Amino acid sequence: MTSDRVRQFFVLFFVLGFFLYLFGPLIIMGLTAFNSSAFPRVTPWECFTVEWFDVLANDSRLLEGLKNSFLIGFGVVLFAVPLGLAGALMLTQVKQRVRPWYYTIVISPILVPGVVLGISTLLFWDRIGVMFGASRDSIFYNGFFLTIIGQSTFIAAYTMLVFISRLQRFDSAQEEAALDLGATHVQAFRKILLPFLKPAIASAAVLAFLASFENYNTTVFTSISTSTLTTVLASKVRYGIDPSISALAVVIVVLTVFGAAIHEVLKRREQAEAEQAGMVAAGLIKEKKVQTKWFIDPAIICILLVFIAGLGTAFFAGTVGVGECKVLVKEQKQAETAKRIQALQERTAAKKAAAAEEAETQKQEKANRTGTENFNSIFDGDNLLPQASESDSATQPRTGTENFNGIFNGGNLQPGSEVENNEKSEDGARTGTENFNGIFSSGNLSPSTTE
Amino acid sequence: MSADVQLQDVWIRFGDFVAARDVNIHIKDGEFFSFLGPSGCGKTTLLRAVSGFLSPSQGEVLIGGKNMSGIGPNKRPTALIFQNLALFPLMTVWENIAFALEVKGMSKAARRKRADELLDLIALPGQGDKMVNELSGGQKQRVAIARALAAEPDVLLLDEPLSALDLKLRQHMRTELRAIQERVGITFIYITHDQGEALTMSDNVAVMSQGVIEQVAGGNQIYDSPETAFVASFVGENNYFAGTVRELNNGLAVVDTPSGVLAARAVSRNDKEQLSVGDEAYVFIRPESLRFSQQQELDNVLSGVVERQEFEGNFWQVYLRVDGSARIVTLSMVNDGHSVGYEVGSRVQVGCGSDLAVALPQGPMAAE
Ligand SMILES: Nc1ncnc2c1ncn2[C@@H]1O[C@H](COP(=O)(O)OP(=O)(O)O)[C@@H](O)[C@H]1O
Ligand SMILES: [Mg+2]
Repeated sequence: MTSDRVRQFFVLFFVLGFFLYLFGPLIIMGLTAFNSSAFPRVTPWECFTVEWFDVLANDSRLLEGLKNSFLIGFGVVLFAVPLGLAGALMLTQVKQRVRPWYYTIVISPILVPGVVLGISTLLFWDRIGVMFGASRDSIFYNGFFLTIIGQSTFIAAYTMLVFISRLQRFDSAQEEAALDLGATHVQAFRKILLPFLKPAIASAAVLAFLASFENYNTTVFTSISTSTLTTVLASKVRYGIDPSISALAVVIVVLTVFGAAIHEVLKRREQAEAEQAGMVAAGLIKEKKVQTKWFIDPAIICILLVFIAGLGTAFFAGTVGVGECKVLVKEQKQAETAKRIQALQERTAAKKAAAAEEAETQKQEKANRTGTENFNSIFDGDNLLPQASESDSATQPRTGTENFNGIFNGGNLQPGSEVENNEKSEDGARTGTENFNGIFSSGNLSPSTTE
Repeated sequence: MSADVQLQDVWIRFGDFVAARDVNIHIKDGEFFSFLGPSGCGKTTLLRAVSGFLSPSQGEVLIGGKNMSGIGPNKRPTALIFQNLALFPLMTVWENIAFALEVKGMSKAARRKRADELLDLIALPGQGDKMVNELSGGQKQRVAIARALAAEPDVLLLDEPLSALDLKLRQHMRTELRAIQERVGITFIYITHDQGEALTMSDNVAVMSQGVIEQVAGGNQIYDSPETAFVASFVGENNYFAGTVRELNNGLAVVDTPSGVLAARAVSRNDKEQLSVGDEAYVFIRPESLRFSQQQELDNVLSGVVERQEFEGNFWQVYLRVDGSARIVTLSMVNDGHSVGYEVGSRVQVGCGSDLAVALPQGPMAAE
């Protein structure tokens, strides 16, 4: 009884933890898309807004990358799906003994790091280009071409896996039956095998597109001057991001969920249909129930309504009253900033006074020391404190974190932290080593100059 | 049109394994011919050689007198009904039936018309627009036949087409198949491991064992005069007694067995295997040939004890422990409204005439 409860508790705990681990980041990211703060964050929450979607829609670099990603994705689908299908069909044709070898070879691109694929694609086509004496703007140096080819090397292996698993369920007697009834091999392929593979072709196409769309490590080499969504995002992250990236994520997530929901409904309809067919065959019912057309299926209509309602709500909440809210937040921020500036000024004045005092004591101490003391003092506990005696910088007592210019300072995450940071780095305008109190200072190794 | 089929010295090997060994058969034009044998004896393999899905390692297949070597399955005048039917699940019933016409390039309207005709033939009128998976087992069976017939083959090949059906339906389909064959008048080559099917439908039956054709003959001949120990033990129920041939005269063998001296017709596949005096032999006596000997004077008499009796409705099955034989001997007698007349445990004498017993050279038996 109790052990059952305990187990239940742990299962629940695990499941919750797991889902949190899976979806936590997505949820946080999704929320940041609606916060008016210029940096993607959830706290402090400023104003609920959809302006980042606007920014997204007007970010020409991102849109260009998005467009290219789509084009490349379609290119990869057109190239990798037939290639994977051919590879899978080949597997069914080769001799049993050769099969494991063949399989290992065609599947190996999945195991090769994407970076290697990218570089090798680039080099290979460059060599080919050189061989043909092609110019720099020929196809051998075209980012689209190279990226499609480069990504397809391993995406074709993915699609092949999809086809293999479908083909394993193919009853080869069907193909034989077609041949036996007078079909040519081409007819048997077109009329029997291809229709059977249709669902696999669809999944392989989706898989290929998504794999291409999200690929970075191969693309970054093969895209050359062409930008894709992933390369644009990467460069954005390097040069500072804003929540329009979160907005993009929201768009992608919503579209995915929407697509998955529709797919699920269609699958259920199919299952219901098959079930009914079975009942007809068993003579339990006379006729199949006539199903409604899929686009007037109640479930689909529900999904569409939820989708539209969500869109409307977000748009309404995110546009109405945002202006006032922002003004409010801005005033708040300004007030806070003013307060801080004042506090800082006071602190700077106090520091200056303290520094003058300390410089005085230091001079006296130095004069009293022997050479060995210079070495010994490296391990001196005081060294780890900012205000150690040897330091010729003038500081007041500080905590450890302050040595890093307060990057972990809670205040940083608050509006106006930029201002504060600037202030700080000014007052501590020094090099990193100085914070360690000059243990690498050349003076430490030489006998005391005073002797 | 219809055609005869000849298998001449056909051998089929898979590596070292021999699936068909020196098969020589002539199947006549318009005949209903069956291959009967236990599972794994090479029936399907032989059929695939006829339909063109594999070529014999050695020997020839002739259809309508024409050598078929190098001719693919889609060019042969045969149509095969697969063991698992292999209907096309993504097509409707009529599209399945009209597939052979579609690949020939016939117009859709003409195809539909022909499919409807065939649906009438197989007694499924108006079912053309259903999907295949909406049909019951027997209906699928008939669709598979219609699909094959639509190709207008000279020879129809059927690979255990009824094995997936339940008993009632199987018996019904037997008559139906035979009726269809008589209507269309083409050669049917039928494969089965069910002797009932083979015996009831066929003009001729080839009994197969381990890639070898044991006997080719009409159904009653197979049953009454089996030529090998395998055929005798595989087709129908049989009691057998091992012994040594003591005498041979006018085709009658006298065999010494531990249960007594038995006289039987000496049968053999060919002259080479003919029994001679001193040979080891089996004497086969069918359960329905045995009688209680008090009722009449018989050539062969066995004595034993009644072990068990089973009432089967139209007949009684009596199990006897016969002196000198380790095996239980079965006797069946028609139910004429009276009981068997002997209690379990009573000592009885049973026997049969020498014309109802068959003496064969010893050889491999069918597994029980
Ligand atoms: N392609 C093949 N490769 C190797 N052995 C095979 C092949 N096809 C059939 N066999 C073997 O040949 C024998 C006869 O098979 P099959 O003709 O299917 O028997 P049946 O139809 O009488 O049950 C079986 O032992 C089977 O294992
Ligand atoms: Mg078989």
